[in-house]
Amino acid sequence: MSDRLNRRRISLAAIVVCCAGLVSWACTARGEGGEPRYFAIKNARIVPVSGAVIENGTVVIAKGLITAVGTSVTIPPEAWVIDGTGLTVYPGLIDAGTNLGLPPEEGAEQAAATSGGRGRRRAAPPGPIAAGPEDRPGTSPWRVAADELKIDDKRIESWRNAGFTTALTMPEGGIFPGQATVIDLAGARAGDYVVRATATLPISLKPTDGWFTFPDSLMGTIGYVRQVFDDTAWYAQAEPIYEANPTKTERLAYDRTEMVLNCALQRKEIVLLPGNNSIQILRVLRLADEWKIRAVLYGGQQGYAVTDALATSKIPVLVSLKWPERPKDADPEGEQTLRDLRFRDRAPGTPAALAKAGVKFAFYSDGLAEPKDIFKSVKKATGAGLSPEAALRAFTLEAADILGVGDRMGSITPGKIANLVVTDGDIFGEKTKVKHVFVDGNWFEMHEEAAPPKPDEKKPSEEREEGTAAASREIEGVGR
Amino acid sequence: MKRVNLWIAFLLAAGAPLATSAQNPSTVFIQNATVLTVTHGNIEHGSILIRGGKIAALGADLKAPEGATVIDATGQFVIPGIIDCHSHIAIDGGVNEGAPAVSSMANIKDVLNPDDIDIYRDLAGGVTSANILHGSANPIGGQTVVIKLRWGKPASELPFEGALPGIKFALGENPKHSNFTMPPGVPARYPGTRLGVEEVIRQAFTEAREYKKQWDDYNQRKAAGEQNLIPPRRNEQLEPLVEVMEGKRYVHAHCYRTDEILMLIRVANEFGFKVRTFQHVLEGYKIADEIAAAGAGGSTFSDWWAYKMEAYDAIPYNAALMTERGVVVSVNSDDAQEARQLNQEAAKSMKYGGLSANDALKLVTLNPAIQLGIDNRVGSIDVGKDADLAIYDHDPLSVYAVVQRTLIDGKVYFDRQRDIAQRAELEKEKQALLDKEKKANEEKKSEEKQEKKPEQKKKPPKSDSADGAIARGAL
Repeated sequence: MSDRLNRRRISLAAIVVCCAGLVSWACTARGEGGEPRYFAIKNARIVPVSGAVIENGTVVIAKGLITAVGTSVTIPPEAWVIDGTGLTVYPGLIDAGTNLGLPPEEGAEQAAATSGGRGRRRAAPPGPIAAGPEDRPGTSPWRVAADELKIDDKRIESWRNAGFTTALTMPEGGIFPGQATVIDLAGARAGDYVVRATATLPISLKPTDGWFTFPDSLMGTIGYVRQVFDDTAWYAQAEPIYEANPTKTERLAYDRTEMVLNCALQRKEIVLLPGNNSIQILRVLRLADEWKIRAVLYGGQQGYAVTDALATSKIPVLVSLKWPERPKDADPEGEQTLRDLRFRDRAPGTPAALAKAGVKFAFYSDGLAEPKDIFKSVKKATGAGLSPEAALRAFTLEAADILGVGDRMGSITPGKIANLVVTDGDIFGEKTKVKHVFVDGNWFEMHEEAAPPKPDEKKPSEEREEGTAAASREIEGVGR
Repeated sequence: MKRVNLWIAFLLAAGAPLATSAQNPSTVFIQNATVLTVTHGNIEHGSILIRGGKIAALGADLKAPEGATVIDATGQFVIPGIIDCHSHIAIDGGVNEGAPAVSSMANIKDVLNPDDIDIYRDLAGGVTSANILHGSANPIGGQTVVIKLRWGKPASELPFEGALPGIKFALGENPKHSNFTMPPGVPARYPGTRLGVEEVIRQAFTEAREYKKQWDDYNQRKAAGEQNLIPPRRNEQLEPLVEVMEGKRYVHAHCYRTDEILMLIRVANEFGFKVRTFQHVLEGYKIADEIAAAGAGGSTFSDWWAYKMEAYDAIPYNAALMTERGVVVSVNSDDAQEARQLNQEAAKSMKYGGLSANDALKLVTLNPAIQLGIDNRVGSIDVGKDADLAIYDHDPLSVYAVVQRTLIDGKVYFDRQRDIAQRAELEKEKQALLDKEKKANEEKKSEEKQEKKPEQKKKPPKSDSADGAIARGAL
């Protein structure tokens, strides 16, 4: 397989080198690592999301950005041209809430298993015991996902192969787990992935564990967060006064939480607040108002019941695509409540309801194991009335806007980051295949992987060859 | 049997918000009932006119105005809506913030759960308002809130408008952790004795006093024009205690024994605040004069005792004896189930202690209203008060009495007949949803089976390489 590909590449390279005008570019490219930086996808159906669909259009990519889109676009001579006949170009999809690149810490599962359910206290929780807010339980806002990225996380590739070019990746654990990072899903090293390191500040209102470490209730957790915001506001006021008059008052104690949160709130960083059922949602809308933060809600699955309040608040929603299901280990004889049944039935209708009410929303995979699960969930939402256009928006431009990066991605518009997904059909279609993915203008070509040879197969090598050939895409010669 | 009942109760409840929100009549006329006003006797064949959620008129010779929604209560009894002075319903995510000995930064108001089915079930027992309390894990517990049981309304519309907020205190065995063992590896929490409980409260108020002083100083200096002042930190734990000392927040103290009750009266005197209610107060009959002199109310159980060491001296005469000595007494539930029969709990004081029917009824209506500072709005059937009413088919102090309707602000929030009518429909909806889910699951299973088969032949697409674009090094 590799022999054959290499042959193709060498011949292409030869053409490039033969084009006199391009010699210098080719050299430069080689100097940069040899990867092409200029592409054009032509004769394709282009769905820019920010505007009307363009039939038989061309998208030009140069050095990581989209430089031109339209039907009468001049393809620069240096561009590698992909024939998009029969293909559709979409903006790369954005998963607005994951832990991609941040695999759960070892031992986390075990800790969860020993801690027991609500109200049951079997063992001491891991970590120090907090007596009150001053011990800053579950609080590490200075952690930044970008600093902890592990790019060998296999899921990054599988998300990208499915058409996702961008994700918000969130640190987990505690009430202020750290700051979440917007990453593009490709790069040679972790730093290349990072679009915005301190993009959002997620808050969890899940109490820490046990009846002996603060806070162990929802009301205690809310009281704690309120105190932390008080402290941060105090720090914002006290610190400059102290710095200007160090001889007038005793020095301020060092508190990393106050310092980091102060920075985040001063630059209006997005604060992610959790709320899945209608009661939680209304609760955090009130808290967001009280705390005067730039809030985005995450969860949102019972949003269908509170669309008016959401619309009035103007707070956008990240809708979890992990639709509620009856727990797998539920007692089969157990009584089911009408309330749970209704929720499970209606939750996938939330995106449609939000769209109708004019609430800004995006989707997030919320721990779904595979991209195909994401698309199955979306199908439920479209089945419940969400238009495919709105679904696409939620995965692209709307997500980018909500995460504060709408000025640089989310649509096929000149100047935006060249995050694209090229498919052979509707992006949400069940049979649709992703053919190409561009991340920051880097080209990933998809091909069907051959089946592993069966033990009784006589000519395994041939079979593999076939599989590769069938799926490889034509690349037209560069230049004219 | 109990299971079945609960199930039915749930069915009733599920459809109620829809049904109640449909009607919001501004003028309601309840006619031909025995009206137990609590403050000025009973009116036979009486009627109540409700306008804008308030009682506009009542008497035996009223006529229904045109356009009014008429509730015919012939042969039935109307009482003021029952007020439960000690309840833990409608709380999301834990009744106790149990780690710190002073958890006053926790506020029940933040975590009200308007979907809690117990709201509806308690409505079915004639309860219209409840004092929602933090648990008794700590000497000083969380902030509390009085709610109206407006089933179907969002959390923000539950709190009783204008009612003073409260705070839970707890004395005795619970805050000193006598009745349970900590898991291995967890150090015992201070306090571990009644002495320690007192010290924790005293310490907290000492800090609160200092905190208030810091702010007073700061505000004074700032008002005097001083520049570059660093303000004190806000303290969510101490602020409610300052409010207690300023009389802006009621103390509801869980207690059992005389020694601890007298202790708290002394501590309160020292810090210049009043205990609004002693809750449970099972030995209150022994020191009723002292409680009355302290201006505190007593909110007790009817006839529970000996369920733990500190409850051994309880007697069912407690409510009656404290009443006789001038304490404002209420009988509370402390339990979502018992709240549905507070009328019977009140009636027990007629047998034990010989209270009159009206005084017994006061234990769950006017008296808890006084204790919670809401008696200007509720607790009796008087012109001008909120139309929070419970309608029974028999004398409410009899065991045969069953609530037919419960009204809050003149609006029917529970209607027994409507409930019964709804049951079949809800059962049908539930079955339909169950069937739908079952079908979807079966489809999913067969889909997964199909998916698995071709997967053995063909793997999902993969990209060229994990780390870069094509033709690395090929040029």
